[in-house]
Amino acid sequence: MTYLPILIPVPLLLFAFIGTLAGLWRRSLAYGAALLGTAISLGVATAGLVVVLSEGNLHHFLGGWDPPWGIEYVLDPLSAFMAMLVTFIGLVVLIYSRQSLLHELPERVVPLYVLKLLLLAGLTGIAVTGDLFNLYVFLEIASLAAYALMAVGGRQSAMAAFRYVVLGTIGGTFYLLGVGFIYFSTGTLNMADAAQRLPALYESRAIMAAVAFIVLGLGLKMALFPLHVWLPDAYTYAPSAVAGLIAPIMTKVFAYALVRMFLTVFQPDYFRVTLPVTDIIGWLSAAGIVIASILAIAQRDLRRMLAYSSVAQVAYIGLGIGLANPLGMIGALLHILNHAFMKACLFLIAGGIRFRTGLVDIPLFAGFGRLMPWTMAAFTMAALSMVGIPPACGFFSKWYLVLAGLDAGNWVFVAVILISSLLNAVYFFRVLEQVYIRPLREGVAEEQVREPPAEMLAPILVLAAGIIILGIINVVIVTQVLYPVTEPLR
Amino acid sequence: MILEAFTDRYVYFMTVALLIIGLYGMLGKRNLLKKLIGMIVFQTAVFLFFIEGATKFFIENGTKLRGSVPVIDPQLGTDPALYVNPLPHVLILTAIVVSVATTGVALALLLTIHRGYQSLDEKVILERMRQ
Repeated sequence: MTYLPILIPVPLLLFAFIGTLAGLWRRSLAYGAALLGTAISLGVATAGLVVVLSEGNLHHFLGGWDPPWGIEYVLDPLSAFMAMLVTFIGLVVLIYSRQSLLHELPERVVPLYVLKLLLLAGLTGIAVTGDLFNLYVFLEIASLAAYALMAVGGRQSAMAAFRYVVLGTIGGTFYLLGVGFIYFSTGTLNMADAAQRLPALYESRAIMAAVAFIVLGLGLKMALFPLHVWLPDAYTYAPSAVAGLIAPIMTKVFAYALVRMFLTVFQPDYFRVTLPVTDIIGWLSAAGIVIASILAIAQRDLRRMLAYSSVAQVAYIGLGIGLANPLGMIGALLHILNHAFMKACLFLIAGGIRFRTGLVDIPLFAGFGRLMPWTMAAFTMAALSMVGIPPACGFFSKWYLVLAGLDAGNWVFVAVILISSLLNAVYFFRVLEQVYIRPLREGVAEEQVREPPAEMLAPILVLAAGIIILGIINVVIVTQVLYPVTEPLR
Repeated sequence: MILEAFTDRYVYFMTVALLIIGLYGMLGKRNLLKKLIGMIVFQTAVFLFFIEGATKFFIENGTKLRGSVPVIDPQLGTDPALYVNPLPHVLILTAIVVSVATTGVALALLLTIHRGYQSLDEKVILERMRQ
């Protein structure tokens, strides 16, 4: 037994507590606490990934109770990878959020930092837990923190957050109902133990119902098309530093939970052959990619365009899961990583522009390329990656998805990925045209259009550089981390 | 047979009824407060499902009896079949805490929405949001 898995969410919870108390005394201390907690957690997650890759899976039994009775925390390559991704993006966005929150919500910085820590604690908890009910608890911790974070942007965001509360609760409760069916059929909540006992019960209607409820519940949480209706408003009206944190990682972690169900709890053939789960996810995602991309083209508000683009990108992950072959799964998991970097970068840039100028509508960004050269260079980088131009990382996940589509002989999915790349190009080049070619609009004060402060610009540039670096080292990530994960599919 | 399934497990039928009432409240009602009430009914249905799942039956002298409270009774002995399963109760205790927190957040949001829009009618709010 080792303590590494549990040590990933614990610093976040602990510093959420410390941050609240310290924030009562001095507001700025809450920021320090948030930064320190996330940095420790990132360090542990990185160490965890290194140890897991060299020595194999790590297990922690909470309170010393052996599984299947106690709660087990498991660090395997996939969960360590997710925990590291969540904490890294969390740390980068936290550095960004100090200036952004002081500007947008100066009175509420302390609770916002604490909620961010709780959100990260919930998301890393989902990644490392090996217990079905414990996953529900972490899912609700993350969701409750996200509801509160999204709601602070004004009256529109409160309404958007309320709709998210209702739909998110349906999702969480469906998941709980599915877990109930599994528990009453197998008598266990431990994922590894359930995986042992479930194959004998695959014919049972209770287990089929459990699969339906769990997939529906997690589908709602990850905004899988057509269950995405809560997402566009929620992302649009949330404060910039919140949208920048929630958009890149939250839906991805629920996608990870779905992958976990597919690969670990149930055997892949149950989702592929016995029940048509992966087919349904795949075809809905294919429809979602095209429809959400077209909707993104129709938006004026940059944040709303990015929100619809998120729906389309989550559908890419769904498409990879739906293809249900090793290449498709690699594509989906790599896209979780790549899209987290791209979307974090884009949302932070949208926040940076709003910080300086207060503008959100794309036509008003005309001529900004000359005045904000670094920010717009980062935007161009992320946009090229979203379209899928090598060596940016977005190209490689799409490449794996196309290969997987060819492998499965599914020409429709291949066509969907190619068409959606064109659609991506349309909605991003539309922004780039305004930014670089059009002259500055009348009424936009030129002296306001400056680079955001260094504290906000640095995270943007780190993420933009990350897009290139991930593109270059993607072979290492795929062979070292993701290829072993797809073992059950082979 | 069917009648016995109904009398033994009638709670499951109530669970399904509550789930549907809750879903209808959340998706069919325009008033946000009614949506919230639907949400609470919906969650409660799942709690009821878990609690009912903990029940155990055993046959003694030809009569069917329900399992006892999960505290060891000297007269009954230590046979686990004679006691209900305590674990679902514990799980639901956690889920109830989650539900209370969700309800609290939702009520706070409703207050903010009402202050901002002077209404809790979804249609009215969506109209005012677009203005």
